[in-house]
Amino acid sequence: MEAMTLGSMLWMTVAAFLTLCIFSFLYKDNPFYTFAEHLIVGISAGYWISILYHTSLTVLWIEPLVDSFKAFGNAEGSVAGKIGMLIVNIAPGAIGLLMLSRFFKKISWISRWPIAYYLGISAGAALPLFMQSFVIRQVAANMIDPTAVVNTMGSDLTILYHYGNSTLMFWQGLGQIIIVLGSICGLAYFYFSAEHKGILGGAAKIGIWILMIGFGATFGYTVMARVSLLIGRFNFLIEWVSALGNYFGA
Amino acid sequence: MAGGIWLKLANLDRRWIYFVIGVVTFIPILFYIEVEVNITPEVESVYHRVDSLAPGTVIMVPMEFSPSTMAELEPMARAVLRHCFSRDLRVLSTALQIDGIILIEKVLRESAVEYGKKYGEDYVFLGYKPDAQSVILSMGENFRNSFPRDYYGDYLDDLPMMNGISNYSNMACIVNINATSGVDYWINYANGRYGAELALGVTAVIATDYYTFLQSNQIFGLMGGLKGAAEYERLIGRPKDIANRSMTSVSVAHVFIILFIIIGNVAYFVNRRKGQG
Amino acid sequence: MRREVPLTIVFVCGAFMAFQYFVPHHVSATVYQYALNWTIIIGIFTLVVGIGSLINVHYDRISKRKPTWRYSIVTLAALAFMATVGVLSPNAITDTQGLFLKMYFFVLSPVQATMFALLAFFIASAAYRAFRAKTVLATLLLLSAVIVMLGRVPIGETLTGWLPEGLRFSDISKYILDYPNTAAKRAIYIGVGLGIAGTSLKIILGIERTWLGGGK
Repeated sequence: MEAMTLGSMLWMTVAAFLTLCIFSFLYKDNPFYTFAEHLIVGISAGYWISILYHTSLTVLWIEPLVDSFKAFGNAEGSVAGKIGMLIVNIAPGAIGLLMLSRFFKKISWISRWPIAYYLGISAGAALPLFMQSFVIRQVAANMIDPTAVVNTMGSDLTILYHYGNSTLMFWQGLGQIIIVLGSICGLAYFYFSAEHKGILGGAAKIGIWILMIGFGATFGYTVMARVSLLIGRFNFLIEWVSALGNYFGA
Repeated sequence: MAGGIWLKLANLDRRWIYFVIGVVTFIPILFYIEVEVNITPEVESVYHRVDSLAPGTVIMVPMEFSPSTMAELEPMARAVLRHCFSRDLRVLSTALQIDGIILIEKVLRESAVEYGKKYGEDYVFLGYKPDAQSVILSMGENFRNSFPRDYYGDYLDDLPMMNGISNYSNMACIVNINATSGVDYWINYANGRYGAELALGVTAVIATDYYTFLQSNQIFGLMGGLKGAAEYERLIGRPKDIANRSMTSVSVAHVFIILFIIIGNVAYFVNRRKGQG
Repeated sequence: MRREVPLTIVFVCGAFMAFQYFVPHHVSATVYQYALNWTIIIGIFTLVVGIGSLINVHYDRISKRKPTWRYSIVTLAALAFMATVGVLSPNAITDTQGLFLKMYFFVLSPVQATMFALLAFFIASAAYRAFRAKTVLATLLLLSAVIVMLGRVPIGETLTGWLPEGLRFSDISKYILDYPNTAAKRAIYIGVGLGIAGTSLKIILGIERTWLGGGK
């Protein structure tokens, strides 16, 4: 490990202090936690301003706008074309600035225009593509060949009967059937336009069972996710103690 | 007396639970025990796909995670990037999650330095732009439309690697490492509209949601959480990296949480039977 | 006017984007590209509005001396400091020795990470206090969770490695993820897809107007 400088050690100590401030919430709410919480809100907002300025505002709007103005000083290109480009480059910023009218009650209705633009573009882009990826492709994946699946399952059972071994293909075939029937039954559960009686009721019941198994799997994975985050912080604290030891021991 | 213990357990101060979880998660980190990590087909398919690419091929590794999810996805990102750089693949990356750009740039830069890779020739980092949905759609037409310059301020046309690279069709595949709901945009837009071959590396919280896209072949691989990272580390021959080293701690924590669930349920049913629930 | 103009804008933009997907003509593609670029630029100002709202809220707390008003001073001071350091320094986002990146790595990053790390404790506490096998469905969820929790970590292999293939925790958890979980999530995603398509259509056609907010 390379030698730790005083500056690095102090910064790590600040990070460790703030980490412990947040962990102190586990005992009870206290001023250290509240301080760290409010600090991070302010630091995050300041960070976003800086990032937006450096990576987006200048590159995507200010620079093209300045170039559009500079183009009028060039002999090349038609005036109409240059005016067109200027309008194309001014317009998004102007529309975006209209958003700031939200801060003034009397003219806050103007902010509906950029919101309308944003919403229209997003909704229009999402409509065909979400239908395609989330619905059509998913339904298409449910179109299994039932004879092939049944044959596979039958072959596996035959092998098991004759030789006492299983290739587990039976369970894979059964799994395919679970996917098809399970997804249909799950959709039946979410269909509230008709009463869940008879066939629909039966399908909905199977559907909720399948959904519960899926949610259980999600919960199991979520536990792993949360524990992983905790391990990350413990690793950092160990690193900090080790760095302190290196600095004072060196 | 027995009923008294179960009643006490049912009303246990939650801070004792926090204390136990803290201790059982912390101690295994101090005493590393190597454990076997089984490799799953969905992670293996990502590895094989990347491994099958010829040196010099351009692969896109967009990353969208932040400090709040870096414990899971940073090891995964490093493993994938190390694999790419060790195979002499050229990497194009973006960071469409605002809180994670600096972190992602550091991960990319450090991984590249490990393999002696040169910026602009072996890897390019486009950086961040707001509104991930529009950016992902825009990159399908031309990267230069939403990223006229890279993260460091250089024009893309000045970077040797970007010669002849315009959109997803020039990428061998996309391995998206993502902690946000923006995963859906990569599936719907990059794969759905532009037909890009897509693999996902996601946090464990959302990993179970994407098995359905794996089954429908909309994605060719899926890595979930720290376990997915550990599997990929094993596959690239680095079984002592951080994700693998954390597996013991994860295992012990899981066992204790299951014990808590069992104890909580037993206490509940015992007390309910005694009319004290 | 105040409602009709935005509704017209949303219809024109939405209809264009929806139909553009099916129209490969180069004029359509050019307009599409400009539309996306404009959306990205407008997205910048959306974030500015968010930050402005944050400043408003905390300024209001300070001026009216609401509870925790002193902490709001911390928030605004931190915002001003970080924004000043970040914007005024031309190499703020690339200078690894600069104050901006130090603040990111040693203040923002650890606090954000630790806030989410608290969830590990909360999930354990919630599992202990609330996860009850009161009904068959709850028991099914619980069993599925336990099998996946053990099957996805090495300890599951240690506990059941001696069992024949197919009966180990890792095999059963894989089966759960590959089949019933896939079925469940497929049903959810089809529902989500239909919902998004329906809502998008309602927004474009002006049937869904809650985004206009109250007032005239």
